[in-house]
Amino acid sequence: MEPLLHILLKPDNVPIVLMVPLFAGILLHWWRAARRHDRLLVEGGEAAVRRELDGPLPEGTPEPKLHTWPYLLRVELIAALATVVVLLVWSITLDAPLEQLADPTRTPNPSKAPWYFLGLQELLVYFDPWVAGVALPLLIIAGLCLIPYLDVNPAGSGFHSWRGRRFAVSVFLFGFVGLWLGLILVGTFCRGPGWNWFWPWEPWDRARAVELATRDWPALFGVSPGPGASLLGGATVLGWYGLGLVGWRLLRHRPALQRLGGSRYAVVAFLLLTMLAVPVKMALRLGFSVKYVWTTPWFNL
Amino acid sequence: MSDAPPPSTREGPPPGLVKEVVRSALRVENVDTPRNRVLAVAHTVWLHLHPTKVPRYSVRFSFTWGAGGISFLLFLVTVVTGVVLMFVYRPTPEHAWLDVKRLDFDVPFGMLNRNMHRWAAHAMVIVVWVHLLRVFLTGSYKAPRQFNWVVGVGLLTLTMLLSFTGYLLPWDQLSMWAVTVGTNMAAAAPVIGHEGPFAAPGLSATNDVRALLLGGPTVGSAALLRFYILHCVALPMALGLGCIVHFWRVRRDGGISGPGTSGPKGAP
Repeated sequence: MEPLLHILLKPDNVPIVLMVPLFAGILLHWWRAARRHDRLLVEGGEAAVRRELDGPLPEGTPEPKLHTWPYLLRVELIAALATVVVLLVWSITLDAPLEQLADPTRTPNPSKAPWYFLGLQELLVYFDPWVAGVALPLLIIAGLCLIPYLDVNPAGSGFHSWRGRRFAVSVFLFGFVGLWLGLILVGTFCRGPGWNWFWPWEPWDRARAVELATRDWPALFGVSPGPGASLLGGATVLGWYGLGLVGWRLLRHRPALQRLGGSRYAVVAFLLLTMLAVPVKMALRLGFSVKYVWTTPWFNL
Repeated sequence: MSDAPPPSTREGPPPGLVKEVVRSALRVENVDTPRNRVLAVAHTVWLHLHPTKVPRYSVRFSFTWGAGGISFLLFLVTVVTGVVLMFVYRPTPEHAWLDVKRLDFDVPFGMLNRNMHRWAAHAMVIVVWVHLLRVFLTGSYKAPRQFNWVVGVGLLTLTMLLSFTGYLLPWDQLSMWAVTVGTNMAAAAPVIGHEGPFAAPGLSATNDVRALLLGGPTVGSAALLRFYILHCVALPMALGLGCIVHFWRVRRDGGISGPGTSGPKGAP
């Protein structure tokens, strides 16, 4: 249990420990509100949801709006005071870390990035640095920016809901909670010296053997490294993104895809398949010791 | 809504001294009437970011978790505590770590101030993520609010860059190696990093994009100065400007989103 306590109580990890119940609570609230609103939508449309969220209107002339002063400003004041109190208590009880003076000649093992980048650092196990540290972060930012332009479904704007936008919500929760937050937890709690996997309750054994023998994807089919392996790897990657075309052939008559249109669909399919490639590549690495799917003289994927 | 006449132009003898000071500062008389409630918001530079009236659902705390506002509050906390830290801290390898030690042990309330700076920064990263999640789950990025979501993603990125650049400044083992791990990625960037695929000819550790970021091939004194300036000047200014756009667009895009408010419409 000692390593677990050590990791949990490391001052910089306290935010991660606080984050887990926080996001769990928010998701629980979302789920309960979404189910309630979905029911109300069927009964009375968005007006019914609005009535429920507004709460009972006062007797006499029903006033649909409230004065900002004092009704909103007092909520803001209380929230601000509560935030500052929490921050003060946190700052009084827990000191910010200050380790030994920086020393370029002594590399700590493991060297971990700040906690909010640990998901990306975890990806370094499965991808080369130009993918994990450059291409994927840029695609995450670009993909986030594109969300409003790719999600052309008008349902569920301005309140918690599920039924009308199952696909969008599932994709976002999978990416944000499953991959981004999940990999941060893995990087924080399950990675020790040599970036080897240590369960949180396992002591860090610094002498543990480093790397399993790895192979490339074509080797699973008996293709040895060389031009043949490059071709097979390239065909695999092309085939993966080709699934997007198959999806279009099969689903293009659905109203949702009609609405989306070809160009938006292409971007959605590319981003979605790229995101799904992350857990697939992780499974290939962890389950079959596959290092690269596609090797070329210039880059490896 | 027409503007109220400034208090000084009103008829009659001047009011008492205290009353006149209060009235001239607030531009509103301290009498609780519906009109004065509206003026209290509209006539105060800090409060006029708000509309004078808001939908009933928006004062429910669980509707937004206050995440956007709390993010901004935490940013203000880091600005105030950060300015105080700057009075003590010098961004050179000879001084940085010792200055932080001095803050911790010698400067009155130095430790508390540094703690508040660091924990507010970490809390800000989390609360910004909460804001992102909430806005997604309520579908608040949908028309006509698409572009403000893009601005928000920019602010999220700036928040993380601010946190990352600040991580180096204590100049201890934790900061140096965390930043080394993080910036090594830049060396692997395609074309512009010397270890990346299709690296431009002639690139080496001393002239690629990581060297631009660090001011040299490794995390040294030049990197400390660059990160300090990014952290204390460039990025906070960018974040502040972004916040102005973000808040302005919330109002222009129709105020806080809610059921039955989608579809293009004018200013509230």
